[in-house]
Amino acid sequence: MQREATHAVAPAVPVPAAKLGMWWFLASEIVTFGGIIVAYLVFRLAHPQWLEEAAHLSVPIATFNTLVLLTSSLTMVLAFAAVDRGDERRVATWLALTVALGLVFVLVKAYEWRHEIAAGRVPGESGFWGFYYGMTGLHALHVLGGVVVNACLLIAALRRRLEPIAHRVEMAGLYWHFVDIVWIFLFPLLYLSTH
Amino acid sequence: MLRWLPESVSTFSGDIDALIRLIYYTVGAWFVLTFAVILIFLVRYRYRPGRRAVYLPGNTLAQSAWVLVPGLVVLLLDIGIDIYGERVWEAVKLHQPPAAVQVRVTGKQFAWEVLYPGPDGRFGTADDRQLNGELHVPVHQVVHVTLGAEDVIHSFFLPHLRLKQDALPGRQLTVWFEATVPGTYPLVCAELCGTGHTGMFGRLIVHTPEDYQAWVKAQWPSS
Amino acid sequence: MSETSGPQAAHAVHPAPQGFVRRYLFSTDHKVIAKQYLAIALFWAVVGGLSAFLIRWQLAWPGEPVIGSGLLPEAFWDGDSWLAQSLQYGSIPAEFYNKLFTMHGTIMVFFVAMPLLLGALGNFLIPLMVGARDMAFPRLNMLSVWTLAVASVILLISFFVPGGAAASGWTAYPPLSAVPELSEVNWGQNLWLIAVALEFASFLMGGINFLTTTVNLRAPGLSLFRLPIMVWFQCIAAVLFMLSVGPLIAGAVMLLLDRLAGTSFFIPSGGGEPLLWQHLFWFFGHPEVYVIMIPGMAAALEILPVFSRKPLFGYRLIVYATFAAGFLSFIVWAHHMFQSGMDPRLAMPFSITTILISVPFALMVFAMIATLWGGVIRFPTPMLFALGVLGVFIMGGLSGIFNGSAPADIYIHDTYFVVAHFHYTLFAATFFGGFAAIYYWFPKMFGRMLNDTLGKIHFWWTFIAFNATFLPMHLVGLGGMMRRIANPLNYDFLQPLQPLNVWISISAFVLMLGQLVFVVNFFWSLVAGRRAEANPWQANTLEWSTASPPPHHNFDTIPTVYRGPYEYSPPGVAEDWLPQHRPLVGGPAATA
Ligand code: HEM
Ligand SMILES: [Cu+2]
Repeated sequence: MQREATHAVAPAVPVPAAKLGMWWFLASEIVTFGGIIVAYLVFRLAHPQWLEEAAHLSVPIATFNTLVLLTSSLTMVLAFAAVDRGDERRVATWLALTVALGLVFVLVKAYEWRHEIAAGRVPGESGFWGFYYGMTGLHALHVLGGVVVNACLLIAALRRRLEPIAHRVEMAGLYWHFVDIVWIFLFPLLYLSTH
Repeated sequence: MLRWLPESVSTFSGDIDALIRLIYYTVGAWFVLTFAVILIFLVRYRYRPGRRAVYLPGNTLAQSAWVLVPGLVVLLLDIGIDIYGERVWEAVKLHQPPAAVQVRVTGKQFAWEVLYPGPDGRFGTADDRQLNGELHVPVHQVVHVTLGAEDVIHSFFLPHLRLKQDALPGRQLTVWFEATVPGTYPLVCAELCGTGHTGMFGRLIVHTPEDYQAWVKAQWPSS
Repeated sequence: MSETSGPQAAHAVHPAPQGFVRRYLFSTDHKVIAKQYLAIALFWAVVGGLSAFLIRWQLAWPGEPVIGSGLLPEAFWDGDSWLAQSLQYGSIPAEFYNKLFTMHGTIMVFFVAMPLLLGALGNFLIPLMVGARDMAFPRLNMLSVWTLAVASVILLISFFVPGGAAASGWTAYPPLSAVPELSEVNWGQNLWLIAVALEFASFLMGGINFLTTTVNLRAPGLSLFRLPIMVWFQCIAAVLFMLSVGPLIAGAVMLLLDRLAGTSFFIPSGGGEPLLWQHLFWFFGHPEVYVIMIPGMAAALEILPVFSRKPLFGYRLIVYATFAAGFLSFIVWAHHMFQSGMDPRLAMPFSITTILISVPFALMVFAMIATLWGGVIRFPTPMLFALGVLGVFIMGGLSGIFNGSAPADIYIHDTYFVVAHFHYTLFAATFFGGFAAIYYWFPKMFGRMLNDTLGKIHFWWTFIAFNATFLPMHLVGLGGMMRRIANPLNYDFLQPLQPLNVWISISAFVLMLGQLVFVVNFFWSLVAGRRAEANPWQANTLEWSTASPPPHHNFDTIPTVYRGPYEYSPPGVAEDWLPQHRPLVGGPAATA
């Protein structure tokens, strides 16, 4: 839709406010995860023995979870496409799937945590496990946050109240993709670099 | 202002003082200059009825030169200070002359533990001797101090020798100095280390060569 | 796609909400929110000032019962009230002293300087200066101030939990801050971390609003290089904050995990690295001091042209210089760590970047001085404080050269020389800049003028007492006195400095007393000050084009902007000012 031409100058960046705000927010999120990932890398290089500890992690489970999250990104895009077409029923379907996949991810993560903790690999066990729980925990919180936001949008869609706030689906999508991308970094850094 | 500095008693303390003096005179000159200019402007261009201000937006290169050139001078002076400082840093923290005396100093809440290797010159042997808060060294000899900490970060600070280095738990760092004037000087902790931080200090005793021999004899009578 | 929280929401004229709660508590009006930030800042300034009072009391007369404590009966001090536990029979034990300076630093930086300079000034001025009806996200704005309120409450509670408030310095270096047994503080430090993290969240939200509002909601004709410096600097500060705080948020989470979950990110005995925290802290900390510095400077940069009746000298140069300083501020952090045990070979590269960063600030100072040249200068209170920013900041910049030189820093680091230095910069920004801004924009904010005579008394009192306090502090530092020590008399070599410490403390008390003049002026003028016209200073920027105080929707019609913000005494115009929104037919200044 159109901005009120009388009131705003043609801005240098023709981006709607909400999207612009989202990007600023994601910029600060990037440096947050960036900070912890860089710290992890520095430690990791200084501690070759972390290799063995990382080997305890289950690559198949994490691969499964990666697929879950990637799929949820896809369903999110489809939800947004449905918004564009004005198809609220489809929006609800795709959002429901996204929420469900997000929950699956968190549940699988919780299962993994329980397994590790039961095996005595608690956060204080070593530097590696500190980072493992710290990073995946921070990420899981972000996933949960996204699930809550998506669920709110889903409820609005189910109650056919989405129309006035439909642009938020796109914002939620940006955020959801960001959370997905963070995982794409965490997965190899924590699980795969074991040799 | 600089007379507030404590007496200077190591081979490099004079260099550090000279650097501080150099910076002091440089920034002192800037201080006088800028404040003089500001005061002159404030008086000269104060409001008087009927006068109109000069319209000078300072957006052409020729006009900005009035601030760019002084800016360049600041840069050059800064670089000068850095180049001069580089040598001093090198001498104090990077380049360590071979040691005549070696000690280990460990910070812990809230004291400095000083460990001497004894006559065999090796740590971890039976003739090691530990002192609490007392660092005895001979004058005009290079001393290596290997710093560590037991619990939190402390900072090994010898004000009269112009030497400061944080002591980290889990890590050993070596600093050096060579004292030039015999006497007793404070050894303090300069990094907040807990409730007893303010009471964490010891002494550095710089001995004349004879005194030092006597002190060594007294510590290790058998050898 | 529809867009309701976007521009037209902010541009639509909403009637002002009725009812106390919607109007003054949970308001989405940026002007009300700015006042809420101001109130939070002033509240904390009192607490921060009180802690400074106790600090200085202890340093002048270590162990002496605090003045007035004798009025309370012996029985009170025998009791187990919070006060009786904190002060032992009225005197300050070392444990409490450590809490005092820790909380003083935390409060002053995070809960006074930022709410005042960003929260109050940024929120109040950005929409008015860009000609918008409100911020881009008014509800996010409300959320940000309430997040700060929650953070404030948590910080306040932390004083009173068992073990008391945090005591490991505002820098919270681990392992001291990571292991409760080492600092003898447990929940105080946890709450400190939570409060500071919430404060970060609050200002992240605020920054998102600042940037989006500036990018999207500018009035027609207001191109980027016609923005007032205040808007530029608020946005640069927001970007600096946004890009630097993330790693420290991560660090705060890690430190909290170390304290609560048994991890060892920063604890060497468990394989951690204490220097990691210092890197994370200062990667944020250095940009952070600019986040405070820059808006304080901006207040002075707005005010100097108005009372010199001259354009700001080198507007673009100042903007570019600040960009450069902002960029460089990300690669200087290790100059706080020269003596920390990081590789000493890193000292020289960081010395060089540190030295480079002094150049943009020098340019800014020279541009301020050049603005004065050839002006027609008047000295009402805002101008005096703006000149105060200039003078005090020059001092702080010059003393910074000592710290920036790694070898000189060997001696100076962690002494009172550093304390003196950073008060010259932070006090310049927070209080000289803050007061300049309050005296200048008070009429716009509250519709009344502050009393100028009281203002002048306040300025000279503050200026003289400030220098009497902090100038000699350099000497104490050169004498070797370490910061964060509760009792200088413990050390023989510091005994000769004690008369100076007494002098500093007395000056500090005089400085604090002088602030009463401001408090009286503020509250008296609020109810009985002379009513302000729309534009009492004959200034050019858009906030002066609307009523004082502005209506709920800021502008009856959104102004159109024709020129830059500092067209004072332009040729071809009879008056010595030319507002941004005044159309001009013909004439050379029309296109400036
Ligand atoms: C009334 C005016 C003030 C006085 C008398 C004062 C006094 C002091 C003193 C004596 C210390 C050193 C305490 C110690 O190391 O033992 C200190 C520390 C500090 N002050 Fe102030 N101060 C004042 C205002 C401010 C302001 C306006 C700010 C910042 C905006 C500020 C920020 C700090 C910080 C960050 C520290 C370091 C705390 C730490 O070591 O953890 N102060 N102040
Ligand atoms: Cu210590």
